[in-house]
Amino acid sequence: MKDLVGIKELSKDVIELILNTALSFKDVLKRDIKKVPALRGKTVVNLFFEPSTRTRTSFELAEKRLSTDVLNFSVPTSSVVKGESLFDTVKTIEAYGVDYIVIRHSSSGVPHFIAGNVNASVINAGDGTNEHPTQALLDAFSIIEKKGSLDGLRIAIVGDILHSRVAKSNIYLLSMFGTNIRLIGPSTLIPDMRQYGVEVFYDMDEGLRDVDAIMMLRIQMERQGKGFFPSTQEYFKNWGLNMGRLKIAKRDAIVMHPGPMNRGVEIASDVADCPQSVILDQVTNGIAVRMAVMYLLSGIKDNG
Amino acid sequence: MGSSILIKNGHIIDPSQGIDGVGDILIEDGKIKEIKKIRSSEDKKKIKNEEILTSQPLNLLSPQLKIIDAAGLYVLPGLIDMHTHLREPGFEYKETIKTGTMAAVMGGFTALCCMPNTNPVNDNETVTEFILRRTYAEGACHVYPVGAITKGQTGEELAELGMMHDAGCVAFSDDGRPVMNGLIMRRALEYSRIFNVPIISHCEDLDLSESGVMNEGSLSTILGLKGIPSASEEVMVARDIILAGLTRGRLHIAHVSTAGSVELIRRAKNDGVDVTAETCPHYFSITEDAVKNYDTNAKVTPPLRTQRDVEAIKEGLRDGTIDVIATDHAPHHRDEKLQEFDRAPSGISGLETALGLSLRLVEEGILTISQLVEKMAINPARILGLNMATLKVGADADAVIMDINKEFKVESKKFASMGKNTPFDGWVLKGMPVLTICKGKVFDWMIDE
Repeated sequence: MKDLVGIKELSKDVIELILNTALSFKDVLKRDIKKVPALRGKTVVNLFFEPSTRTRTSFELAEKRLSTDVLNFSVPTSSVVKGESLFDTVKTIEAYGVDYIVIRHSSSGVPHFIAGNVNASVINAGDGTNEHPTQALLDAFSIIEKKGSLDGLRIAIVGDILHSRVAKSNIYLLSMFGTNIRLIGPSTLIPDMRQYGVEVFYDMDEGLRDVDAIMMLRIQMERQGKGFFPSTQEYFKNWGLNMGRLKIAKRDAIVMHPGPMNRGVEIASDVADCPQSVILDQVTNGIAVRMAVMYLLSGIKDNG
Repeated sequence: MGSSILIKNGHIIDPSQGIDGVGDILIEDGKIKEIKKIRSSEDKKKIKNEEILTSQPLNLLSPQLKIIDAAGLYVLPGLIDMHTHLREPGFEYKETIKTGTMAAVMGGFTALCCMPNTNPVNDNETVTEFILRRTYAEGACHVYPVGAITKGQTGEELAELGMMHDAGCVAFSDDGRPVMNGLIMRRALEYSRIFNVPIISHCEDLDLSESGVMNEGSLSTILGLKGIPSASEEVMVARDIILAGLTRGRLHIAHVSTAGSVELIRRAKNDGVDVTAETCPHYFSITEDAVKNYDTNAKVTPPLRTQRDVEAIKEGLRDGTIDVIATDHAPHHRDEKLQEFDRAPSGISGLETALGLSLRLVEEGILTISQLVEKMAINPARILGLNMATLKVGADADAVIMDINKEFKVESKKFASMGKNTPFDGWVLKGMPVLTICKGKVFDWMIDE
């Protein structure tokens, strides 16, 4: 395997390998000296065509912990604003001799396009409304950390499923591991994903009953006024997670959010900070998972 | 010209005169002079066997030779593509009248209609005259311009349909864009009755398609690409059929892609509405699966749909609901397709694969060769009021010789068209045109192989 373009393209075995490898890297992160020489001499470029602070920071930390040389390339400072095509940008970066390209782009399929045109390993850090595979991997890692396994769990994903690459990657991953997936949100934002065995709930109180984990999605403010839902007030009333609703879930249910949160829109402030929230664990685990992905791609790459 | 050409022993299929048998065609001064020795197709096998022994392979011939041995080959009236984008003027980096018409003859077409979405838009007689002048100077085949319905194709104000008609436009369309305003569409259908020409409707509700880039369905969800629902096409097909009924105007629905559209058109025809329709080879050859790997060469408007739609379109062709197979030839530059899927322009370069793909319908038993000639020549001529698509004595010598048994691999880099954008690259198709005669001029590209 050369690239990580999506969860769809991975087998269950590879996902398990990544999660197990991440476990070792999590131990590394607990040490006083958090850096290992695993990828010394390798060069990574973080190619971010969309604004991102946390994903880019998480990748950069993972890269530095693995001793790679890191280049950051973001749109406002690049020649893209001068009209350079994506193809030329990518070929130029390849000519620098980089080993990894971490790519985020607002158009779905861009990681696939790049992977088909360069020899470097391409890692998808989020493409359009397609996938965000490392987020799904770190979410799975975080759930397993708290619950022991994914098998048989009941997990609710709440919010704008239609436009969420995080939700999509999670659905693909969890459906491979025998998880009962519930999608909760307004009917305008829930696509038909029956082929992945999901259950759909428009009524959040009903959907949260007896779940083991609640994944809240960020509601993108720009969706308002496009007819997906009438107002953020109505949205929070129906699909916002507050303490009252959290009680409907299992007593030990965990609360997750990929960030950045809109407190008071999709998640009440006290819920975000409550003991059941694992939101900050997700952030820490993200580094370990991304280290595992890069480490494994380096090894498997030689076999084509 | 003063030259004469004899096409010998070809299997002539000319539905305009009910001819389906082996015979010879004599061409003089660019006109059909004589058709003779017509034998029925039942005798053909016997004759073919003895003649193959004496016949020369076609590729040994040169355009200078007056005798073309077509034994074992089909001779058809030249095909007519009523939906082509020639790009000139304005987008000569994508295609020109010269290269586009050359691609047409390579594909077996001897006439085409060019859509008005050029720069400037063909919304006035000056642009129409420019296109015809360029065609006269450099065109390899007949070109019949389609004028814009509205000024600048903005959908707001009728263009000068009468003056464009006088200058040579044979139909009107805002193709590439729909006429979103129902009142403007009503007026266009009414006004065009004066000239008895069709309004070709690009049926798409832009609000429903929003910024969609592929068919809406579970695959668009999985690919994370914005979908265009079938309803975007169908609500406009329904609107325009109703307006055609209201106005008694002549409506032609362009590039039908959905099962629902086929059913709406079928019902309209049963109700006596004056409506005709076309589809394109890609809508009966492939499905939305072709975009799975974000292949921008499979990005087209309307988008590739599902297997159910493909079956419905085949049935529509079989039962006559769909009158025409057109290419919607939409060449683009390589750099434009080598982009993010969302950004890449829509369109398929279709002139040089249309006949090969359509012959698959003959192989599947959906159409006879004679019916295929109707869909690709006779019906377009009838809809456009063109006195062609016939091998009758005295007609322009526009013909195509086709080898139905010859397999060929689609190699876009060898296209005469500047547009190499096709999802069919590498496909092996059975049956191809081997020689085209347009206005008596022979295009025999097999000789270069």
